Amino acid sequence: MIVFEGVEKRFGDNVVLSDLDFTVASGEHVTLIGPSGSGKTTILRLLMCLEAVSDGVIRVGGRPLSHMEKGGRLVPADEKHSREVRKHIGMVFQQFNLFPNMTVRGNLVEAPTRVLGLSRDEADARAVELLDLVGLAEKIDEHPSRLSGGQQQRVAIARALAMRPDVLLLDEVTSALDPELVAGVLKLLREIGETTDITILCVTHEMGFARDFSHRVMMFDGGRIVEDAPPEELFTAPREPRTQEFLRAVLGR
Amino acid sequence: MSDLSTWFQVLLLGLPATLIATVGGIALTVVLSFVAGLALLSPSRTVRVVSRIYVEGLRGTSEVVQLFWIFFALPVLVGFQIVPIWAGVLVLGLNHGAYGAEIVRGAVQSVPRAQYEGALALSLSPAQRMRRVILPQAVVEMLPPAGNLFIQLLKSTALLSFVFVQDVTRQAHDVLIPAFNPYVFPILLLTLAFYLVLSLLITAGMRALERVAGRRLGRVAVGVG
Repeated sequence: MIVFEGVEKRFGDNVVLSDLDFTVASGEHVTLIGPSGSGKTTILRLLMCLEAVSDGVIRVGGRPLSHMEKGGRLVPADEKHSREVRKHIGMVFQQFNLFPNMTVRGNLVEAPTRVLGLSRDEADARAVELLDLVGLAEKIDEHPSRLSGGQQQRVAIARALAMRPDVLLLDEVTSALDPELVAGVLKLLREIGETTDITILCVTHEMGFARDFSHRVMMFDGGRIVEDAPPEELFTAPREPRTQEFLRAVLGR
Repeated sequence: MSDLSTWFQVLLLGLPATLIATVGGIALTVVLSFVAGLALLSPSRTVRVVSRIYVEGLRGTSEVVQLFWIFFALPVLVGFQIVPIWAGVLVLGLNHGAYGAEIVRGAVQSVPRAQYEGALALSLSPAQRMRRVILPQAVVEMLPPAGNLFIQLLKSTALLSFVFVQDVTRQAHDVLIPAFNPYVFPILLLTLAFYLVLSLLITAGMRALERVAGRRLGRVAVGVG
């Protein structure tokens, strides 16, 4: 579903990701862990086209994301092409990024009507169904500012799902929440993971969640993949000293 | 006392011109502010440069000279005289639109980048992002400085008396002062009061707009909620 081929990302002289190759299969849940600045969030931002690759190619569903084919050659993607590929990718942000100028309903129907061309009724039905799933059906006509952080994040998850994405990117979605609100959001994500076949890439510091949610965990450091293994292996018997060191630090053992 | 009532009535005769110049000027200012302000943020360098020339050119030169130019110089060039009041609306709008463009630009840039990213992640097009997400939030930030600008525009309408527009100021200067010469001070005071009342109306209108816009964003007025 997702292929990185020799991807490099530089900000000026600062190399954030270097010569990165990996694939994510359809329906797979992959968690990216590692110290801050190791490049894991950058991977999600590249997939969402919030950043452009400096080198290499990213493919999603067989189509190049950062580039497009023109006369048999790959050229940098234009706005229209990347928007077309991006339609199948959803993202949930650390700070929710709900639109404060719209109600919860407005946040959920905006893109399905304007981007996917759904009728107002179809989009509305979808919004109701998704708010039911995230347990916020009664908040449909509230403004986001009236909701708690946990509720806002659940609305943001519903908003991403309303686009029926093939790929969902979760960028530290519980990091900005009060501790007692984290569990509810993680429970919802587990439910989505179990009941859908969406391919999920997740950056998180919640190691317990990473362990039971993912099929694969990738440990990043300095813009490279240090270790790539199933969670039971990576968390119980990490092979790389850097992974061992990192897990000792975050798990406090 | 009867003098006061006469003065009031004479000044009132100038009110339509002052109002037309103010309302027309504000309307043109709003349009130009958005056009030039968004152009200042255009990805195209040419568009940005053209808009920058407009903003600096009109903001950086004298309003009175601009008015004289349109009223006295332009007719020589194009061969016909613009009706004074419309020449006034044009100059006021062009001039205040240049200030307004910077208000629009600043407000759009003050909307958090996260909002742009949220909209992009939902695949909204650049135009949809601007119209549906960024501008509705930016407008709230534009209103207080826009209120200032509109009040400044109202007071600038007095300049139109220089090009023979029969506004409140010209009524005071041409009609009342020659007729009631010893009373220059109270006449001018009354004239100022006319502008004060109009400016308070603008303030009240803008505050009402701010409340409506704040509610749209789910904000509750401080001290009320």
